[in-house]
Amino acid sequence: MDDREVIIKAEGIHKAFGENQILNGVDLEIYKGETFVIMGGSGCGKSTFLRHLTGALTPDKGRVSLLGKDLALLKEAEKEDVLKKIGMCFQSSALFDSMTVAGNISLPLREHTKLEGNVIDIVVKMKLELVGLRGFENLMPSQLSGGMKKRVGLARAIVMDPQVIFYDEPTAGLDPIVGGVIDKLILDLSKKLSITSVVVTHDMNSVFRIADRVAMLYKGRVVEVGTANQIKNTENELVRQFITGQPDGPISFMQTGDDYLESLTK
Amino acid sequence: MKNLLDRFTSGALSAIGGIGRAVMDLGAHTFKVYNLLVETIRWVVIGPFKKKFVKSDAIFSQMVFTGVESLIIAFFVAMFTGVVIAMQTAPQLATFGGTVYVASLVAVSIARELGPVLTALVVAGRVGSAMTAELGTMKVSEQIEALETIALNPVRFLVVPRFLALCVMLPCLTIIADFAGIIGGFIVGVFSLHISPALYIDVTFRFLTAKDVTTGLVKAFVFAVTIAMIACYKGLNTKGGAEGVGKSTTQSVVISFILIILFDCILTGIFYFTKV
Ligand SMILES: Nc1ncnc2c1ncn2[C@@H]1O[C@H](COP(=O)(O)OP(=O)(O)OP(=O)(O)O)[C@@H](O)[C@H]1O
Ligand SMILES: [Mg+2]
Repeated sequence: MDDREVIIKAEGIHKAFGENQILNGVDLEIYKGETFVIMGGSGCGKSTFLRHLTGALTPDKGRVSLLGKDLALLKEAEKEDVLKKIGMCFQSSALFDSMTVAGNISLPLREHTKLEGNVIDIVVKMKLELVGLRGFENLMPSQLSGGMKKRVGLARAIVMDPQVIFYDEPTAGLDPIVGGVIDKLILDLSKKLSITSVVVTHDMNSVFRIADRVAMLYKGRVVEVGTANQIKNTENELVRQFITGQPDGPISFMQTGDDYLESLTK
Repeated sequence: MKNLLDRFTSGALSAIGGIGRAVMDLGAHTFKVYNLLVETIRWVVIGPFKKKFVKSDAIFSQMVFTGVESLIIAFFVAMFTGVVIAMQTAPQLATFGGTVYVASLVAVSIARELGPVLTALVVAGRVGSAMTAELGTMKVSEQIEALETIALNPVRFLVVPRFLALCVMLPCLTIIADFAGIIGGFIVGVFSLHISPALYIDVTFRFLTAKDVTTGLVKAFVFAVTIAMIACYKGLNTKGGAEGVGKSTTQSVVISFILIILFDCILTGIFYFTKV
């Protein structure tokens, strides 16, 4: 396994927002061509971690290397060259609401390539077809449902045929069938085009459908990394509880259990 | 007694600390706005030589929004100001028997001072606030981050078109406002003070020099840079949802207003002492 090429490497990532320590030394290696799933409780810092991988945030301590380069150290032009090779599908879709669906998807092509307008139109139609939204080119983002926005965001992420795609909860808020279609799309992209996918998700069905390897984030650290099968049969109580969704276990939902009474009466 | 003294000193100390912090904050913000300006100018200067400059239709649509759509309001604000100046100065000039000089007084004060300043205030309220609100919304809904991850620099993509549009359109609006102000004075002069139209126009252009107009345009240009930078800086640094957008927008307008008046004072001082 270790002879495969490492395409993303995070070493000891620390990040705090004010007093709030979110990431506390995250180490991960992601190999070329694999589908890597990051899971963890809501608010545990998955999106924050993803932002470090794409260079949107710089760690307080630690290093990220993406496609062999440390984004924090690169000059603007070099950083842009790396960013052109990745795609990001945001949790909140982050569509440009002054542009139509087609405008959103074609923006990277219009800005970074010399393709003719009619070629771009064809590419946009193909990507929309992939996410099941053919015919919606001329709607504005405000006219779409949440799940449709998410899929437009996904189409925008893959329009430049990137080498690495980051998905932040791509199937959250989608109906099971569309969720399955998106999972299949992620799989197709990574298997047929050997694109590396990094997927953040809570959806356990989705995890075991798509994942080559899985990491679980808890309290700012990676508590377990392994292949999908290893994770499924893990001994780790934390991970077991997360996968099965038991309310009782080592992860206590009432995280501030002891001082709860105190904070009520204060 | 001692207690009171303690409270007083600690209060005074914290007040000094507060002022100190405010000054430091102000310095830090000024520095960041300056950096944004430098980066914007860098894109404007080197942009055309690189293959990817701002799309001209982005600049064009901003120009329409900043310039064309502000035209009517800028026109009427200046025209009514011209009317007011004429009406208020006429009685005093009449005591010297110089009612006809209403024409030159209106023309010079509009061209040098009120045309640029009032137009800038109108544009700051109308356009600056809209820019901050738009960029602020983009910021809090992760659209700015999305731009960056598709390797588009927000300064090049969002700030430069707005900056260029303001720098071109605010001086244009100011020229129109100058005309409007003179028309306002003309209306009062001709219809109420019974100065003959030819005489009014003659006096206007005998006293209005090219310098009056150009100093006004220099002011307009400085105000345009100010409005664009404050609006974009406040927008791009918005934090915290809809409330944050509202806050940034208000601050953007208030700061622009204060700076417009401040820079007007400074520039007028410079023109005054260098006898321009
Ligand atoms: N810009 C920020 N400023 C301050 N705190 C932040 C910021 N971004 C995130 N946080 C905090 O970091 C923590 C992790 O946020 P993050 O969005 O990474 O969670 P997540 O794991 O993606 O959760 P979810 O599964 O609900 O999307 C949260 O507690 C949040 O309050
Ligand atoms: Mg998240």
